[in-house]
Amino acid sequence: MGWDPVVMFFVFGLLAGLSRSELKLPPALYDTLSILLLLAIGLHGGVELAAEASPVLLWQTLAVLALGCLLPVIAFPALRILRFSRVDSANIAAHYGSVSAGTFAVAIAYMLARDLHFESYIPLFVVVLEVPAIIVGLLLAKGIARDTDWRSLGREVFLGKSIVLLLGGLCIGLLAGEDAIAPLAPLYTSMFKPVLALFLLEMGLIASRQFGSLKESGIRLAFFALAFPLAGAGIGGALGHALGLSVGGTAILATLAASGSYIAVPAAMRLALPEANPALSLTASLGISFPFNILVGIPLYLAYAEWLIA
Amino acid sequence: MTLPTRTLLTLIGEAALESKLVKDLEAFEVPGWTISDARGRGSRGVRRSAWDNEGNIRVEVICNTELAQRLLAHIRNQYHRDFAIICFLSEVQILREEKF
Repeated sequence: MGWDPVVMFFVFGLLAGLSRSELKLPPALYDTLSILLLLAIGLHGGVELAAEASPVLLWQTLAVLALGCLLPVIAFPALRILRFSRVDSANIAAHYGSVSAGTFAVAIAYMLARDLHFESYIPLFVVVLEVPAIIVGLLLAKGIARDTDWRSLGREVFLGKSIVLLLGGLCIGLLAGEDAIAPLAPLYTSMFKPVLALFLLEMGLIASRQFGSLKESGIRLAFFALAFPLAGAGIGGALGHALGLSVGGTAILATLAASGSYIAVPAAMRLALPEANPALSLTASLGISFPFNILVGIPLYLAYAEWLIA
Repeated sequence: MTLPTRTLLTLIGEAALESKLVKDLEAFEVPGWTISDARGRGSRGVRRSAWDNEGNIRVEVICNTELAQRLLAHIRNQYHRDFAIICFLSEVQILREEKF
């Protein structure tokens, strides 16, 4: 099997960005591609969910919610030991407790390409993991008493783009069922990989711009951004195994725990915790952990899941 | 022809602030505003409009001087410490005085 073309698109974007090429995709295209990806993942999950919903799902969802609270609590002291300020540590911890929908899409494509079965309701886990880390991060930074505007933060978090699109897709898929959705199926079958490839080209360009700020933030940040995904994947994979997920599902949950948010959390934290330096968290999650997970992490987490289940 | 004058408040800052700024403008009851995407470079580095997280917006408001100065003071107190934002006033000549 040759190199995965989808991943090569990402490398292509990285190289084009690093060599300061003129290549630039129109901003509206990035939005369009991410909307298509999230809707497709949601729809697919919804259609499958209609077929295999079970009460076990409730327990699994609660366990994943707990994982979302646990990850930032582990990341925070690690960052403090690396001598980041309290506010910056809490901010970065919130990013890593949450998930990256882009990494998730690549993990899905990776499993599909290998014909590996995974639980259809996995998109639900993405939705569940996105929220708690932001709240835990804020509590770590300021405690409960201070002046947080929880109402507008709640709207920002629960009505953020990725959550709305994933949930919307899930509901439409669930209500329509497999037969009625057939005309839209290309969204998550034949169209999925071409859209993902273009999306990753743009992500490569965006990630390459983060490398500039890496010089300022230095080696401690790079160390955290490479080490924490491994720790997160370790915990996520172990939880997946304990919940009785399939190999594919365990690997995807490990990937989710390893990834850091670069869309929903930065937007929410920028307003809720403006004292934190956004360059640190974005460089870590987007400039280091995202490429690491795409290029090295996902195959590694799959091998780990296979080892766990064997 | 001499035209009546008003104050133009121009504000260039992080796109993340848009919803907050709009709320402020509503609270100050300004007569109207225009928001556009912007990009450029300042003390906080290059700001591209190509991506939500690092984009800038430009907000323009035409109103009387007293209101513009109150807004300016509010922005200084609320946002200058933690956000990439600049703000300035200039005098402009306008048509249809009753609108502003």
